[in-house]
Amino acid sequence: MSLLEVTDLKVTFPTSDGLVQAVRGLSFTVDRGRTLAIVGESGSGKTVSTQAILGLSPRADISGTALFEGVNLLQLDREQLRRIRGAEISVVFQDPLTSLHPLYKVGWQIEELFRVHQPGTGRAEARKRAIELLGLVGIPRPDRRVDDYPHQFSGGMRQRAMIAMSLALNPKLIVADEPTTALDATVQAQILELIGRVQAEFDIALILITHDLGVVAGIADEVLVMYAGLVAERADRRTLYYRPHHPYTKGLLESIPGSTGARGGRLRPIPGSPPSLIDIPSGCAFHPRCPYAMPVCAAERPPLATVTGGGGHASACWLPHEAVGLGPEADALRLRAKEA
Amino acid sequence: MLLEVENVVKHFPITTGMLVKQTVGHVRAVDGVSFDLSPGETLGLVGETGCGKSTLARCVAGLHPVTSGRVRFDGDDITNLPRARMRAYRRDIQVIFQDPYGSLNPRRRVGSIIADPLVVHRVSRGAELRRTVQELMERVGLNPEHYNRFPAEFSGGQRQRIGVARALALRPRLIICDEPVSALDVSIQAQILNLLKDLQDDFGLTYLFIAHDLSVVRHISDRIAVMYLGKVVELAGADELHEHPRHPYTNALLSATAVADPDEAGRRRRIILTGDVPSPIDPPSGCHFHPRCPKARDRCSAEEPLLVPRDHLVACHFPVEAGEDLTASGRRPA
Repeated sequence: MSLLEVTDLKVTFPTSDGLVQAVRGLSFTVDRGRTLAIVGESGSGKTVSTQAILGLSPRADISGTALFEGVNLLQLDREQLRRIRGAEISVVFQDPLTSLHPLYKVGWQIEELFRVHQPGTGRAEARKRAIELLGLVGIPRPDRRVDDYPHQFSGGMRQRAMIAMSLALNPKLIVADEPTTALDATVQAQILELIGRVQAEFDIALILITHDLGVVAGIADEVLVMYAGLVAERADRRTLYYRPHHPYTKGLLESIPGSTGARGGRLRPIPGSPPSLIDIPSGCAFHPRCPYAMPVCAAERPPLATVTGGGGHASACWLPHEAVGLGPEADALRLRAKEA
Repeated sequence: MLLEVENVVKHFPITTGMLVKQTVGHVRAVDGVSFDLSPGETLGLVGETGCGKSTLARCVAGLHPVTSGRVRFDGDDITNLPRARMRAYRRDIQVIFQDPYGSLNPRRRVGSIIADPLVVHRVSRGAELRRTVQELMERVGLNPEHYNRFPAEFSGGQRQRIGVARALALRPRLIICDEPVSALDVSIQAQILNLLKDLQDDFGLTYLFIAHDLSVVRHISDRIAVMYLGKVVELAGADELHEHPRHPYTNALLSATAVADPDEAGRRRRIILTGDVPSPIDPPSGCHFHPRCPKARDRCSAEEPLLVPRDHLVACHFPVEAGEDLTASGRRPA
C-alpha cells in the first residue's frame, strides 16, 4: 500500500463568472522515502490539488478519494484532519514571511507544535527540541536565534525555520509548495540540499510542487506534469527530460534557455496562453496550442496511457505511443501521425 | 559607445528623528560601477536580491539621481540632468519593468497606455496616433482590435507585450529591461525572449538586460556583468563567463543555477556558500565577498580588489584557475 493514494480528485470553485474547474480528475501515489514532483504553470491545478487534500481549500467542492495510510482524508472532519496535518503530514509554503507569525518568536512558534500536538511535553523540553531542530536545518547559533522574531531572519533562514517546523513532529509526508521560488539561486541551492538531506535521513515522502523544471531535475524520483487540472504526463525523472511523449512537456522543455530541448539559437515557445479554467477547451485541453493537434484531439479527452519504454511512463495524448523524445526523428513521427 | 557608465555611485541616506532629520548612515546600493555598451549590443546584469542591479538601471535611465560618477549617452553627459533637459533623452532611453500587473494603469485602455509616450512627446495625434499604436500592437504580437480593452483582460504574457509596445513607441535606441520575464511562466517567458531578440534585429536596439536567472541572461546577452553588494565583480562575454568564470562568486552562482537536465544536475558539484549576503549599509572591508569566499586570504579583507583584465575583467586578488575545484578547497567556518 502506498503512503498516499489519490484517486480521481476533482476540485471546483463556484464563482460569479462560472464554475472554475481547477482539478478535473487527478490520480497519483507517493511511497515512503520517495519524491514526487508535481510540475505545472500558473493555473494548472498543482497547488489546489494538494491544498484540497489537506483541507486547506474550504470554499472548494471536492470529490474523489485521498487515502493516507488507508484513511480517506477527504472524509475526515476538521478536527481529525488537523491532527494529521502537522503531525503526520506537514506543509512548507513558498513564502516563509507570511507563513510565520510576525509577532511571535521563531522558537515559540516551533514549540507551539509540541504544545498542540503533544500536550505532555514540558516547556523546557519543547524549547530544547526547538533549538535542536534549528541546529539541524543549519541555523547558526540556534540557542540564541531561537529567541529572534521572524523579521530578524533572512529569507533563506526563514525557509530553514519553516523546514524545521515541518520536521518537528516526525511527519511521514512533507508537501513542499514552491519552497525555493522566492529565494535567490545560491540560497535555493542550500535549501534544496537541506530538503534532500532531511528526507533521506528521516525516510520521509516528499511532494514537491514547482513551476521550475530546473529544480525538479536535481531531486525528483517521479514527475507529474499537470495542464488545466489533469496529468498530461507521468514519468521517472530521466525519462521525462530525455524521452517526453506529451507535446506540452516537450514544449516546456524547449522553452527553457540552455536546457536539453533548447540548445543554442532561438527558443521554441509554446504558442498562445493557458486556457481559462471556466471555459476549458473540449477533448485534450492542450489541443488549441498543440503543433500536432489532430481532429480526435478536439473531440475526445485522451486517457493517461502507458507509452513506449514503460516503467510507469504514461501520457494523456492521442499521438502514437512510440512518439517519445526530443530529436528530429521523434518530431517526424509526431508529424506523420498528424498528417495521417 | 552608445552608453558609458563611469564609476557610478548611488547611496541612499538613512535618516532618523521626527523633526530634525539626522543622517545616521547610508545604504550603499551601487558602489562604483563602470561599463559601456556599443550600439546593437546586449549587456546582461546579473546578481541576487539587493546587489544593486535595479538601482543601477534606474540611475542609468535617469530615474534616480546618482551620488557620484558619470553617465554618458551617445557622447553626451546626461548625469543628473534637470527634468526638462532629460526629456530629450527619454525618447532614446526606455524601460521595460518586471511586473506586468503593477506597471500598467488598470483603469486605462491599452491603446491609450501605449499611446502615452507618443502623446507626451507630441510625436503624433488623431487618426495617425491610433494607426501607429495598432501597428505597434501588431508588431509585438497583440491583436490590434483589442485597442479598447483594459489591462485586466490580458494575460501576464500579453501584458508584458503591452509594456514592450509602450517602450518601443518612440523608437528608442536603448531599452533597459528590468527583469522583464521573471514574473512569467516558462512557456510565456520564451515567447517574450524571442520577441525581444526579433525587435533588436529589426530596429537595431541596444539592451541593458537585468535578471537574476543566469540561463535567461546567457541566452539573450552578448556580455554579462555579475554584481555583488553594489559592485561589478566580473564582466565577460556570455559564453566566456559561463565556461571560464574567474570570480569565486560567479563560480558559486553558476554552480547553484538550477539546470533542467538530470544528468548535468547529477554531475554538477555545487559550491554551497555559507551565510547570507551582508548588509549594504556596512559592507565587509576589502573585497565585499571575502567573508563567504572559499578562497579568501588575509589580503582579501585588507585590500579591495579592482576590476582589472585577467583574460577578462574580474575583481579578485586570487581568481579561480581553469580546473580548480572550489568545493574541495575546504570551507572556512562562517
